[in-house]
Amino acid sequence: MGRAVRGRVLAAGAASGSAMVLREPLSLWGGMDPETGELIDVRHPQRGASLAGRIVVMRETRGSSSSSSVLAEAVRGGHAPAAILLAEADLILAVGAMVAEELYGVRVPVLVLSPTDLAQIRQDQGIDISEAGEVALR
Amino acid sequence: MRLVVRAAEVLGAERLIPITGAHVDSCLYHGEATIDFVDRLVDGGAKVAVPTTLNVGALDLLHPELWRGDPHPAERGRLLMERYRSLGCLPTYTCAPYQLASARPSFGEQVAWAESNAIVFCNSVLGARTERYGDFTDIACAITGLVPDAGLHRTDARRAVLVLTLGEDVPERLRESDDLYPVLGIVLGRRAGRRVAALDGLPPGLSEDRLKAIGAAAASSGAVAMFHAVGSTPEAPTLEAALQGAEPEETATVSLAELRQARDELSTAEGGSPGTPIGTVSLGTPHASLAELQRIEVELAGARPAPGVELLVSTGRQILAEAEEVGIAGRLRALGVELLVDTCSYIAPVLRPSPLPAMTDSGKWAFYAPANIGREVIFGSTRECIRSAIDGRLWRDAESWGGP
Repeated sequence: MGRAVRGRVLAAGAASGSAMVLREPLSLWGGMDPETGELIDVRHPQRGASLAGRIVVMRETRGSSSSSSVLAEAVRGGHAPAAILLAEADLILAVGAMVAEELYGVRVPVLVLSPTDLAQIRQDQGIDISEAGEVALR
Repeated sequence: MRLVVRAAEVLGAERLIPITGAHVDSCLYHGEATIDFVDRLVDGGAKVAVPTTLNVGALDLLHPELWRGDPHPAERGRLLMERYRSLGCLPTYTCAPYQLASARPSFGEQVAWAESNAIVFCNSVLGARTERYGDFTDIACAITGLVPDAGLHRTDARRAVLVLTLGEDVPERLRESDDLYPVLGIVLGRRAGRRVAALDGLPPGLSEDRLKAIGAAAASSGAVAMFHAVGSTPEAPTLEAALQGAEPEETATVSLAELRQARDELSTAEGGSPGTPIGTVSLGTPHASLAELQRIEVELAGARPAPGVELLVSTGRQILAEAEEVGIAGRLRALGVELLVDTCSYIAPVLRPSPLPAMTDSGKWAFYAPANIGREVIFGSTRECIRSAIDGRLWRDAESWGGP
């Protein structure tokens, strides 16, 4: 049976998709190709995975302050994640999502869950995110 | 203004406070979204309210002939750099604005800086205060002259919560060697994540270039926006001062074995053992200071890179101007060294194509270059890099890491 948890909304929006649980933090700049949504960081254990259309789950981010632009560019081309779930608030991703919405009218919700809630999410699990920040795990 | 207010909400700030300067990273082209954004600002008649420096862009505007390949992204990259200039930003185009006397904030000043290595330098080495701002937020703060009163703008958030002590097994010779510092930065970023850490057990009075190397690497492997080096950085005359009198959440020792592993992981090249042929040496990430250019000249000692080996150094246009004035730039060029400004060799397609690995002394370059420009990387000290460029083959200084 599914259950729902509530997240803190950094960038609002509704989204549905399957979870891509990242085992290590990722910098979107240098880590995701905005033209394809592919994970390209050569040191990341999930190199080659596609983040496009997925609910990307990672405890925290790292690296470049250019990640806002990379997220906005991925949204422009239609290769962005469907949503991003974190355990630590991240201004750089939140702003990338805000600007993408402003420019292109596409919303990529960015939410912070408690570390315990985030840890429950399994790879490929179906997830529905509501405008209000409710995260339903199918 | 809306962006700054939204940023305040994300950071949990109750009010906005004024800043005295900004450093903007949004001028680097990442696709049309970056131009679409700045066009909104230009069309709205926006101007920056505080002195604002610009980070690297997509290409070297002073030496555009260095660009290889499709000219279209170069044109768009140039347009983006010009648009930010038209908002009133200064055309500094460097990731090391802290090297410019006119752009260095004083201790305690509130600023809005982007560019991960500049953020960590600003907080840690200058003692000026910035949050970890990214693209779009940086220019929004520069236009409004305001930042959220949150995070590292506030004294309590600048307290070290993690203490990393250099292990007693780390040899004295390594502590005195430049190549320790980027590797220590990689370890710091992995262990700290986004927390503020204090590094203890380092020689006091570390140079700005060594602190720069720690910070740039830590902001690549982690989300570090500030660290303390006890005895070197201004908010850490003592460990107690870095901890603001409180107890740390965690203390740990960094052993020689952990450092060696981090160093080895910075190289991606197969067969990266001494004698491996190399095609490229890239230095100057973050942008080389004048002292680093002098060091490169000393290490070269009049020798040239081996035939077919490219030796490239990235620096800022203002540092290049100083280097021209004192004659170093001309002497380095005469030895076959290429000098790149306004951008970096892992952003712009400037390196000569080569199937051989590229060597670097930068933890940050080693971290990002394989994905960005598709080159295998070998990490080494500045001396190892330059000796290898001269030999055309990887040369290792076995002694500084306590034997092979």
